[in-house]
Amino acid sequence: MNVYYTYGRVKGDSKKDEQTIYVRLFYGRNKIQVKASTQLTIRKHGWNFKKGEDADVVDLAKKQIPPQDLENFKNIKQRLSDIRVHLKNEFRKLMLSREHNSFSQIQWNDWARAQLGSALFQGQKQTESTTKFLRKRENIRRIEPSSSINLDAKTPEGPIDAKWTNHKNKMKLVAPNNRPKIDVIVVGTGLAGASAAASLGEMGYNVKCFCFQDSPRRAHSIAAQGGINAAKNYQNDGDSIYRLFYDTIKGGDYRSREGNVYRLAEVSVSIIDQCVAQGVPFARDYGGLLDNRSFGGVQVRRTFYAAGQTGQQLLLGAYSALSRQIGLGRVNMYNRHEMMDVVKIDGKARGIITRNLVTGDIDRHSAHAVVICTGGYGNVYFLSTNAMGSNASAAWKIHKKGALFANPCFVQIHPTCIPVHGTNQSKLTLMSESLRNSGRIWVPKNKEDAEAIRDGKLKPTEIPEEERDYYLERRYPAFGNLVPRDVASRAAKERCDVGHGIEANDTNEGVYLDFATEIKTKGKQVAFAQGDKTPTEEKTIELGKKWVEEKYGNLFQMYQQITDENPYETPMKIYPAVHYSMGGVWVDYNLQSTIPGCFVAGEANFSDHGANRLGASALMQGLADGYFVVPFTLANYLADDIRTGSISTDSKEFVDAENEVKSQINRLMNIKGTNSVDYFHKKLGVIMWNKVGMSRNKEGLQSAIGEIQVLREAFWKDVYIPGDADEMNAELEKALRVADLMELGQLMAVDALNRNESCGGHFREEYQDEEGETLRDDVNFKYVAAWEYVDADARNSVLHKEQLKYESIKIADRNYK
Amino acid sequence: MAAKNIDIILKVWRQKNTNAKGKIETYELSEVSTDSSFLEMLDQLNEKLIGEKETPITFDHDCREGICGSCSLYIDGRAHGPQTGNTTCQLHMRSFNNGDTIYIEPWRSKAFPIIKDLMVDRSAFDRIQQSGGFVSVNTSGNTLDANAIPITKDDADKSFEAATCIGCGACVASCKNSSAMLFVGAKVSQYSLLPQGQVEAKNRVQNMVRQMDKEGFGNCTNTGACEVECPKGISLENIARMNRDFLLSNISSDK
Repeated sequence: MNVYYTYGRVKGDSKKDEQTIYVRLFYGRNKIQVKASTQLTIRKHGWNFKKGEDADVVDLAKKQIPPQDLENFKNIKQRLSDIRVHLKNEFRKLMLSREHNSFSQIQWNDWARAQLGSALFQGQKQTESTTKFLRKRENIRRIEPSSSINLDAKTPEGPIDAKWTNHKNKMKLVAPNNRPKIDVIVVGTGLAGASAAASLGEMGYNVKCFCFQDSPRRAHSIAAQGGINAAKNYQNDGDSIYRLFYDTIKGGDYRSREGNVYRLAEVSVSIIDQCVAQGVPFARDYGGLLDNRSFGGVQVRRTFYAAGQTGQQLLLGAYSALSRQIGLGRVNMYNRHEMMDVVKIDGKARGIITRNLVTGDIDRHSAHAVVICTGGYGNVYFLSTNAMGSNASAAWKIHKKGALFANPCFVQIHPTCIPVHGTNQSKLTLMSESLRNSGRIWVPKNKEDAEAIRDGKLKPTEIPEEERDYYLERRYPAFGNLVPRDVASRAAKERCDVGHGIEANDTNEGVYLDFATEIKTKGKQVAFAQGDKTPTEEKTIELGKKWVEEKYGNLFQMYQQITDENPYETPMKIYPAVHYSMGGVWVDYNLQSTIPGCFVAGEANFSDHGANRLGASALMQGLADGYFVVPFTLANYLADDIRTGSISTDSKEFVDAENEVKSQINRLMNIKGTNSVDYFHKKLGVIMWNKVGMSRNKEGLQSAIGEIQVLREAFWKDVYIPGDADEMNAELEKALRVADLMELGQLMAVDALNRNESCGGHFREEYQDEEGETLRDDVNFKYVAAWEYVDADARNSVLHKEQLKYESIKIADRNYK
Repeated sequence: MAAKNIDIILKVWRQKNTNAKGKIETYELSEVSTDSSFLEMLDQLNEKLIGEKETPITFDHDCREGICGSCSLYIDGRAHGPQTGNTTCQLHMRSFNNGDTIYIEPWRSKAFPIIKDLMVDRSAFDRIQQSGGFVSVNTSGNTLDANAIPITKDDADKSFEAATCIGCGACVASCKNSSAMLFVGAKVSQYSLLPQGQVEAKNRVQNMVRQMDKEGFGNCTNTGACEVECPKGISLENIARMNRDFLLSNISSDK
């Protein structure tokens, strides 16, 4: 249902003691109109509602009024009464604050319109964007009524540790003989996608699986280094499912959903069993049993690993399971195919439109359900640790078709990456978090020294100990260099912002990660163990380097390959970089989005990591969703589809979706402007990094929202795409992805502006304590911000809130001092 | 150490599509930072070509940190360029000098048809994997506990080393016979070294070798170029292990 609203004028006399707001809502269809209006007169000493026209259904054609219109009529009546309540409350607040005493007529107008806007946007706080929008736009806007979207998390009843078991016992099943009658589409072949497609294939569904890379094995899960968490407690150090659950919620700064996170911890145990059975060669100790390491933010050893290539080994495991199903003919694999849009029939996801990247062909694929496993949106920043092809388009396309997008402003910025070296740089490389176990992070105390280093006049090794500022050890003595990722990242930025950065790039952004102390300490220990109680300095350093090489050799080599500097001799240069997106498509407990039949798994959804993800938890979530959650919850949904039969791709919905895709491609190809796609993508990246990056403030976010708007308009006027649409055309692929990132970037800024608190990776400068630590606001912001798409301008997106309830965990502050 | 800018001449294989005739084109590129990676240099060239309304060069790439196996260039007659132990995306321009002429070609093998310019179709590798590169275990959540079968560290490490193959195809491109035996050997070894892989070991090696032959890859003549050019240093031992397994399965198979 589309509701239109008009509002008349905001009137007031020159003495500012009386203002009247007129509100009118209407909904129309086939000559049937539903109307409702009210007017509110506010005075300095009170307020008064005039009833105006009452809500009414008008049948202009004198036909019988269908029941759904009567239903809508009720909705509109409800909505109008919501608006009245909102205006009343806001007016009361204004009167108490006495701000209005100095209001001019224009300010009165702005206030009233903004309040009206807020009310229409379901109680969204007054923001600059709503005010501006109301000032700018004509009097008619299309909005979706809140009643059409029901943000029900569908978390099962019962104690936390029984929810998933009970739910599984009660869910509907599809009998084996019915499964071959059902088609499922899986988009993406990372850990979540490959494992989901393999599992669904094993169960007997007809699966079609798509990836844009030349092989499913290339998905970016492959680049994960450190490990995968699981509550196996093989090390007997007190780990349990509850502890993994607790650590994950706390690490996420209390912004994730309890039920989902507990389930994640619960199935983590099966993941390791499953992977070992598939032949994933995890690291083992000399007794032949699995080895574990520890990661940031926890006090147990629960991380399973395969050297520094855990992601690769797990992905190849899932890929082997997928390959088996492809070989058996149960999964049809489409390499080098990109999803262009989702097709909805009767409100349900019933297929997708794809582009064959080799031939440019646009194809229709139907299915009874669609599973989106397409990863995160870090590439909105242009420079990130994501792969070049990682993109948000599949997630954004379903968002545009009705799936809400949750917490877009929650992005993880990883503290230890190799700094930017120049304007031609295409991506950033991560140096594993494990290095912070041995390295000490510092910058020169004196700005002059930092400058001399940047100019190449001074070497870091020439700076004496007392002239160095080990700022993490100084600020966080208890955790030192091992504070969580978000804290370490902000601290580095703070030092560089005030002029202590040591990298000779455009922004001077870089700090040192120094292994000299560790080399000496370990060298002495090794010598002592060998019986040499008084080793010479050379001997100590030699032994120390050997120790470091054994532990981090491959990382040091990788660093040297990229920077041409020897980290055994001179400290590493590092700086934070965009790494992971906690936000994503809103899903319920079943991982279903607000589009029925459209499921979202892995990094693409928002569900498990709150405002900050702990190390080694991304791999865990991808496989948990794909192997152990989606196969069950999808069956529950598909049980109602056993009589549907195969879905034709000749329907109007498919034809329309295909034409829409083709016309978007034509539009892009025909711009024939002057600048390349990368030119615009880099500009977007700069805005995002500077204003929606590690730390954010109201002014910066407001200006980013406007700048992205301008940039998007420029992109659609001036981008140049060489070649044709009916061939392999990498520039066209990029353009289609960047077009979506432009809209997503703006929504991230809108979300960050709305969230007036600091939590996890989202740091608002206005909300910090005297020592620069985050100030979370559990009274007003303990909710998931789920945004509904209205149009390309994210300022018009509608906010829905899912309040978070904590029944099994007591909320506390995160403190690392 | 310090970055500087160099001017280079590039000779690049251009081919519009699989069926078109290709040829080497020459491009001059100036102001290339030695801190740039090889692929960033190609980005720079493409930006220039786009600016001149020319068609940019198509090449495969994705993670740009040496792990996904997408990038696949034959540079100055060597897979992944002049250095060993790295992929093209890890190669940096400081390996080249001002005024250098650099030849860039796609992987050359009948089993890897060219899609466009420097991009080839490596789906033959996928099909080999589909023929047997797996352990037939369904997702259940009720498999044996992960620690139920101890595996000696040595075997686990060897299996892991074989499993680090990134499937880039440099072994095929470097081999005078276009043999894929290093790739297949690594896959067979990963499973044959682990107890989980034993049950299907005979069928696996038979099926994978059969598929490899069907795809048109050549045979191994023990030259060892593949091992030298493999960015992950996969050892020739894996080919020996595969041959052993293959022979064994031939003489002991019931089929």
